[in-house]
Amino acid sequence: MTVMSEETAQISLTVNGEPVTRDVPVRRHLVDFLRLDLELTGSHLGCEHGVCGACTVRVDGVAVRGCLMLAVQADGCDVVTIEGLSRSGEVADLQDAFEVRNAAQCGYCTPGMVMTAAELLAAGGVPDRADIRDHLSGNLCRCTGYQAIVDAVEETAKARAGR
Amino acid sequence: MSAPDGNGGEKLVGTRVPRPNVRRLIHGKGRYTDDISVPGMVHVAFVRSPYGHARIKGIDTSAAAAADGVVRVFTGAEISAVFEPLVSVAGHRPGHKSAPQHVVAVDKVSFQGEPVAAVVADSRANAEDAADLVMVDWEELPVVMGIEEALSPDSPPIFPDLGDNVCFQHTVDTGDAAKALAEAAIVVEHDFEFGRHSAVTLESRSVLADWDPVDGRLDVFQSHQSPYQMQDVYSRHLGIPEHKVRVTTPDVGGGFGLKINVHGDELAAAAISKILCRPVKFTADRIESFLADCQTRDHIATAKLGVDADGRITVMDFENAMSAGAYTAYIRFGLAEGMMAIMSAAAPYSLSDYHGRTRVAYVNKGIVGMFRGVGVPIGCAVTEVLIDKAAAAAKIDPVEFRRKNYHREDAYPLTSVGGYHAYHMSLERCLDACTGIMDYPALRTEQAALREKGVYRGIGVATFVEAAAFGPIYYGPSGARVSTQDGCTVKLEPSGVVRCNTSVTDQGQGTLTGIAQIVADELGIGMDRIEVLAGDSATTPYGGGAWASRGMTIGGEAALRAGRALKENILDLAATILQTSAETLTLAGGEVRDKETGEARMDLAEIGRIGYYRQDTLPPGTQPELMVTRHFVPDAAYYVANGVHGAHVEVDIETGFVNILGWWVADDCGRVINPLLVDEQIRGGVIQGIGNALYEHTQYDAGGQMLNATLADYLLPMAGEMPDIRIAHVETPVPDTQLGANGIGESGTIGAITVLWCAINDALRPLGAEVTKQPFTPEHILNVLAQAQARVRG
Repeated sequence: MTVMSEETAQISLTVNGEPVTRDVPVRRHLVDFLRLDLELTGSHLGCEHGVCGACTVRVDGVAVRGCLMLAVQADGCDVVTIEGLSRSGEVADLQDAFEVRNAAQCGYCTPGMVMTAAELLAAGGVPDRADIRDHLSGNLCRCTGYQAIVDAVEETAKARAGR
Repeated sequence: MSAPDGNGGEKLVGTRVPRPNVRRLIHGKGRYTDDISVPGMVHVAFVRSPYGHARIKGIDTSAAAAADGVVRVFTGAEISAVFEPLVSVAGHRPGHKSAPQHVVAVDKVSFQGEPVAAVVADSRANAEDAADLVMVDWEELPVVMGIEEALSPDSPPIFPDLGDNVCFQHTVDTGDAAKALAEAAIVVEHDFEFGRHSAVTLESRSVLADWDPVDGRLDVFQSHQSPYQMQDVYSRHLGIPEHKVRVTTPDVGGGFGLKINVHGDELAAAAISKILCRPVKFTADRIESFLADCQTRDHIATAKLGVDADGRITVMDFENAMSAGAYTAYIRFGLAEGMMAIMSAAAPYSLSDYHGRTRVAYVNKGIVGMFRGVGVPIGCAVTEVLIDKAAAAAKIDPVEFRRKNYHREDAYPLTSVGGYHAYHMSLERCLDACTGIMDYPALRTEQAALREKGVYRGIGVATFVEAAAFGPIYYGPSGARVSTQDGCTVKLEPSGVVRCNTSVTDQGQGTLTGIAQIVADELGIGMDRIEVLAGDSATTPYGGGAWASRGMTIGGEAALRAGRALKENILDLAATILQTSAETLTLAGGEVRDKETGEARMDLAEIGRIGYYRQDTLPPGTQPELMVTRHFVPDAAYYVANGVHGAHVEVDIETGFVNILGWWVADDCGRVINPLLVDEQIRGGVIQGIGNALYEHTQYDAGGQMLNATLADYLLPMAGEMPDIRIAHVETPVPDTQLGANGIGESGTIGAITVLWCAINDALRPLGAEVTKQPFTPEHILNVLAQAQARVRG
């Protein structure tokens, strides 16, 4: 039996605002590509099943699971990881709120949690706590108990709305 | 951020200081073990047993060895040539026995997921591809899966050399339980099952081992709670002098006790590095985490409680049995899971007679190791369920029944009937605090009104205890090389800032922030002038790491003593410079100040400048000592923390679903160093306990196959179903330390599991039903409701 494991394809995409062209194994997941090829280790792998949300990244403006998308599917896309999101300052207020409220413990889920929360906050308005909990329910946090995360998102939304 | 900066002389201890080391995690700058790569690194994937019990008749590795990118394929025999098998027998527990465990199986496997071969390749993907090509010739053997079945004399022994499948048993007898039960006015009884579950750290186990044959040195990065323990294990098992082994624990993505265990596959990675003379990385994927991570709980129990005609508890009888998996967990045995259950039972209550027995069985399942709470949730839940049943039988409100039966204030210090030594427990104060914030009477009124409308709400109020911060008496006599001492080094840098190295480790709890607060207070500086480093066996003081909720109690005390000693040295030097006596000086606001007037005499940067660069200006013979180390080991066996949880639930009797409506905690963890972080330890612990009680279950079929080894099948608490939690603190400083902090890490989980049993049974009580099996699935709740209905129909 021969394993044809490393068939590759060339992809060109934008990652955190920078153009990237690479040959990648066609079977490589987007998050593995980001972690292994680009050394962007802020996105994490928790389940490789699309359940835990630790690998959440933004692709063409939408929060997606980096473990459920192949790198070759991101050809031509605009990808933003936690590194790029942080650098942009777009969620600096949310990240400050996470820190003050201790909404991260081990921090392994946090980049994905921030990505997912950023999407909710970008939609505008002040979601109620149940809506925030609902929106974050695809991101597993094993440490915090969620309340602090919900507090941080709620406080950020209120501050942005001037309330 | 309203926390004091230390400049005005306010204390940091006791305030809500955010964690300085969390910011980089929030910004994606964490550095977890799998994020680390070194030149020449190769990856290992394990071939794992598909069977619960089987003989390895032969292994053909030729196709795998020839596959793309493969460096080498190892069988268990090759690994065992450099790595002694693990033998985990507790020296102080007569009758305890355990078979030798090869880190990669040699002749047979005893649980599904046990490693049988290791494939090393240039990438994890290539290693996994080749692992599929390893051909093992298996002979399936009969499995032993049930606890009772394993304990029966007819059960075929998994390891014939052991004679049977009984791992260990232990009995605690206080007074005469049989006689007291016979004499009791009321006797209540309940059956319990606590399902086996997994820790599910979001970051899976990961290790990067790098053997340098030139220097004879092993460098290891490992996602672990104790770099010191692992340094010892690698040194002894691989025959490397301890000073040539350095274990670093970078950011760790969740521990919860799982990562204090010793796992064979991680050790195999180090052994392979030593054989190949190159760096080897192993990171468990999710399915191997479910199969090969140490698991927890898996108890069955029957228990009785006897009450006299005045409503006073007189006696408890607790028959417990649990499974250990196929081997006793190395190096800490896992026997505490059963021992703590029978010791912690009835601990809050004043009764005279007790019989507790735990029996531990070997079964063909994953090994039971350490996990948050270690047996105590079982002891507490069994007790509190019986308390509620007895209160109902005695027609006394369950809160008042508890108050009536708690130890009297003048009874301390005391030893509970199960053998828990407690210097104090603030039981009534916690009961008042919890029922106060939950407005218990109002909930009862609402509950009664809603029952009229067919809505079944339950109110649970449950007491918990937590033995925390174990001292040397606990592990010392066992022969296990487990350090209960921790140390702290504090160094004044020349510019007047402070570096601190501690042997306690932080997996997100905030321990290092607490250490910084304590030391900063001693030295009169703000959080901006101190950094705490941890997780490096080569450069930090030797100690225990993180386990048994010890970080603040033991590590915090060591930090306090180190900070205090450095303060003395700084003041001695300042007194020499200022030509005054050290007794007239103190430290505050980053300065040496006159103790009486508060007048600034010199700042710490000036102390550093003279102490390190201008010794020529000092009197001959002056030896500035601006770095000190102190250790602390407790005299006590452990410190008992305690508290009360309140839970409000609604059970949908049509669907069996449980909806959590409210949650309250009154917790006494001694002196609270940082309420922000303590509250989040409690909340995180509660949610984990809710998960354990409502959802989590590692399910095996009768043939030894795990049925739900993915996160899609193994249910965990997500944000949508979880409640907000209100917390009150009661502070009873522990007596033997200057700091006074007690453990907090496990109390949330212990209390949550316990109170959910109580709350759900409270909802079902008018229907004549009660839960007996955790997790409380909708199926189980519908079953007990149907059984109750059948009993009514007769």
